[in-house]
Amino acid sequence: MSRLHVDWTACDGRGLCAELLPELLAEDDWGYPVPKGDLTVPPALEPAARQAVDRCPALALRLTAVSAERAPASS
Amino acid sequence: MADALWYFARGSGVISLVLLTVVVALGIGARSGRTAFGLPRFAVNLLHRNAALLAVVFLVGHVVGLLFDPYAQLRVFDLVVPFAGNYRPVWQGFGTLAFDLVIAIVVTSLLRHRLGARTWRAVHWLAYLCWPIALLHGLGTGTDNGTAWLWSIAALCAATVLAAVAWRLTPSFTRYPHRADRQVNSRLLPAVAPTSGSTPTPAGAPSPHAGTSPHTGSPTPAGMPGVPEEAR
Ligand code: HEM
Ligand code: SF4
Repeated sequence: MSRLHVDWTACDGRGLCAELLPELLAEDDWGYPVPKGDLTVPPALEPAARQAVDRCPALALRLTAVSAERAPASS
Repeated sequence: MADALWYFARGSGVISLVLLTVVVALGIGARSGRTAFGLPRFAVNLLHRNAALLAVVFLVGHVVGLLFDPYAQLRVFDLVVPFAGNYRPVWQGFGTLAFDLVIAIVVTSLLRHRLGARTWRAVHWLAYLCWPIALLHGLGTGTDNGTAWLWSIAALCAATVLAAVAWRLTPSFTRYPHRADRQVNSRLLPAVAPTSGSTPTPAGAPSPHAGTSPHTGSPTPAGMPGVPEEAR
C-alpha cells in the first residue's frame, strides 16, 4: 500500500491529478485538489497514482509506502 | 540510390520542424491549465510529451541521414559543435544548435523528477529559443530553400507558434486568471528601493478581488503590518 502526498507549497492547482485520480481527489473552485480521504492508495489505483505523480507539472506529488498493518496508526 | 538518403534527411527534417511546432503549441496549451480539443489536461500534457519524443526520433533520422549522405559530408563533430561545418556553416550551425537544445530539453524533461522543478523549468524555457533557431535552420540551409511548399509550411508553423505565444502573453491565459492576481502581504514582497513621496495604502484597503492589479498600491512603509486576508 502507499499513500499520496501533496506538497502544497509546490502545487499549482493545474488539476491533472484530480483528472487521473477522481476516486481520491476532487477539485476545488480554484483548481486545487481536495483529498477525499486520507489519500491511502488502494492497489487498484496504484498505476493511476503513479501516472499522476509522473505527470504533475509542478512535481508536487509523491507516493510514500505505508505498510498495510500500520496504515491507520501513523499519520 | 545515394539520393535516397538525401530525400530522407530533408523529409525528416521538415517533419521534425512541424512536430516541434506542435510540441511548442501543446506545451503552451498544457501550461494554460485548460482542456483542449475535448481532451483532459493530462492528455494534453501527454500529447505534448509524446510529440516531443516523436520529434526527437525524426530529428535523429534527419541528422543520421545527413551523416551518411555523401554530399553533406558531415562529421560526427558537426552534430554537436555548431558553426564548424564546411557547407553554409551558419545555417547548418543553427541546426546543430537547435539539435543540442532539443536534446537538452528532452533529457532534462525525462529526468525532471531527479533534477527538481526549478532546473527543469529553466532548461525548458530554452524551447522558446530552440524553435526559432530550428525554423531559421530549416529555411536557410536546405536544398528546398526558396521553394513555395517549404515557405508555406514554415509560414504555417510560424503563425501557429506566434499565435500560441501571443495567447500565452494575454492576461486571461491561465484557467484561473484571478488567481494570478492574488494579493501578497507586502511584508513578503522583495525589498523595494526606498521610495519617497509614495502614498501608503490605506489600512482599510480594498478586498482581495477588487479587480486591481497586484501591484497597485505602493509599497507599504516598513513597520506597517500587512493585514492577512483571512483576518477580514
Ligand atoms: C520528453 C520531452 C518533454 C517533456 C516530458 C515535456 C514536459 C513538459 C511539461 C510537463 C510542461 C509543463 C506543462 C504544464 O505546466 O502543464 C511543458 C511545457 C512546455 N514545453 Fe515541454 N516537454 C518536453 C519536450 C519539449 C520540447 C522538445 C519542446 C520544444 C522544443 C517543449 C516545449 C514546451 C513549451 C513551449 C512549454 C510551455 C512552457 C511555458 O510557457 O511555461 N517541450 N513541457
Ligand atoms: S497535478 Fe500537481 S500541480 Fe496539479 S493540482 Fe495536482 S498536485 Fe497540484
